[in-house]
Amino acid sequence: MLKDITLGQFFPGSTLLHRLDPRTKLLAVVLYIVALFNATSVLTYGILMVVLGTCICVSKVPAKALTRGLRPVVVIVAFTAVINLFFTGGEPIADVFLLRHISAKGLVTAISMMLRIVMLIMGTFLVTYTTSPISLTDGLENLLSPLKKVRFPVHEMAMMMSIALRFIPTLIEETDKIMSAQKARGADFETGSLIQRANALVPILVPLFISAFRRADELATAMECRCYNGGEGRTALHVLRYRPVDLAVLGGFAVLAAGMVALRLAGL
Amino acid sequence: MSTMLETKNLTFYYPAEEGRKATAALRDITLQVEKGSFVVVLGHNGSGKSTLAKHMNAVVLPSNGKVYVDGRDTCDESLLLEIRQRVGMVFQNPDNQIVANVVEEDVAFGPENLGVPSRQIRRRVDDALAAVGMSAFARHAPHLLSGGQKQRIAIAGIIAMEPECIVLDEATAMLDPVGRREVLETVHRLNREMGITVVLITHHMNEAEEADRVIVMNDGQVVMDGTPRQVFPRVAELHDLGLAAPATVELMDQLNREGMDLPLDAVTVEECADAVCRAFGIGQEE
Ligand SMILES: Nc1ncnc2c1ncn2[C@@H]1O[C@H](COP(=O)(O)OP(=O)(O)OP(=O)(O)O)[C@@H](O)[C@H]1O
Ligand SMILES: [Mg+2]
Repeated sequence: MLKDITLGQFFPGSTLLHRLDPRTKLLAVVLYIVALFNATSVLTYGILMVVLGTCICVSKVPAKALTRGLRPVVVIVAFTAVINLFFTGGEPIADVFLLRHISAKGLVTAISMMLRIVMLIMGTFLVTYTTSPISLTDGLENLLSPLKKVRFPVHEMAMMMSIALRFIPTLIEETDKIMSAQKARGADFETGSLIQRANALVPILVPLFISAFRRADELATAMECRCYNGGEGRTALHVLRYRPVDLAVLGGFAVLAAGMVALRLAGL
Repeated sequence: MSTMLETKNLTFYYPAEEGRKATAALRDITLQVEKGSFVVVLGHNGSGKSTLAKHMNAVVLPSNGKVYVDGRDTCDESLLLEIRQRVGMVFQNPDNQIVANVVEEDVAFGPENLGVPSRQIRRRVDDALAAVGMSAFARHAPHLLSGGQKQRIAIAGIIAMEPECIVLDEATAMLDPVGRREVLETVHRLNREMGITVVLITHHMNEAEEADRVIVMNDGQVVMDGTPRQVFPRVAELHDLGLAAPATVELMDQLNREGMDLPLDAVTVEECADAVCRAFGIGQEE
């Protein structure tokens, strides 16, 4: 049952979006978010929807996957919309029952809030769907490398992230094994009150933690044996390189963000 | 032939627990491993095999005595990377030594650490994967491979550092017979074709049949040292150490005890079969 959890949610492929440099995608998504938070009108939201829609079409990521990604936040989105709907001041739409509490301004705010969150999530998910976790961490390390100057452990963080990604499947498998072993000895994880069920998890977590520490110890030795001694002087199998198309995409998103800011200032 | 690994009066104590006296995990071990040889280390649990292995690439440093790797003192910290690049280590659990979540990225880990230029890393990774017969899996996720395949990836990761010696600490212990054969064949081929020195620690006696040399450890000391044909006929001594001889030698030893007269140095299955047939007067290949 734990095997169903898909992590990283990477859909391998070879579309333009897949082939872009991970740094391009990370920077582009930041610019996209800037643009999104500057969008205020039908026109600006329309432009952004077209951009997002084009990206989704190009990526060939199944639409189902995108909507599935939204499922966990549906409650939050709905909640924000309702709050905005009822608690934004202004002229009521009509003087009947519930509508008495809803202003036109509230309606607009609620809809734009909802759009903003949904489009934000879709945009960022699109990046994780089209970028392998390893190149994502590579890109992140590379982008943050200026922070090394102020002694921020960029390489170490990237290494931790990629090792965590590497060990997630291993640990999930292990959890499955331990659960089966406990079930075989009569443990019951499915019935009883919440507290009982939480208690039943203790005999799983303890061995899992012990084994994770043992694994970490062995992995550290193995890494040392392979001459790992920090990020200094390390080279890479895959060198990140901006190609013309990356620059074009980045330029496009920069224009988009700047344009949105300009439009907002112009009051459109 | 020159020496790949050398220990001189090597003694090692693990840090003692509180209130207890430290007992030596290794006691006064002096031995030399020739370049290009295939050495198997045997011994029952706790005899110090892993501890000895960890001295071979400076993961652990001697309490007393010296260890030299290709003439380099392991205590000299400035030589650490040189030593570890020369002696690669493969451990028991394949899951706990694979670093990346793509096979080729994992194989590249060693060369990346050594600062090898990217283009050269590519070549080394391809060559190393070819050497262990895993080229087809370059883009796979390691956790979906079989145990034997994972262990071959771990070996490829070592090969990519272009080492002179590989130490395998019970690298076949968690594998099924098929995986075990894959790994052993790979290691033998690397030894034959690339001249890589191999130190293989194992509990499986039959893995020692084709070795150039067998070292038997007990209680932190080397108690037997010689070719398989010299070591395995000493069946009684092996039994005293809590070990068994290979099944072939055990069989002939049993038969000898029943009053037959078989040569105990027929270690491989073929030799053993020949010897037994001869003893029973069955004609071969009529
Ligand atoms: N980290 C440690 N701390 C303290 N003592 C240890 C440690 N590791 C091993 N020992 C002790 O050192 C001795 C030799 O252990 P070692 O692991 O080298 O044996 P081994 O021959 O590899 O055994 P096995 O066949 O079980 O792998 C044992 O008595 C063991 O209890
Ligand atoms: Mg051991």
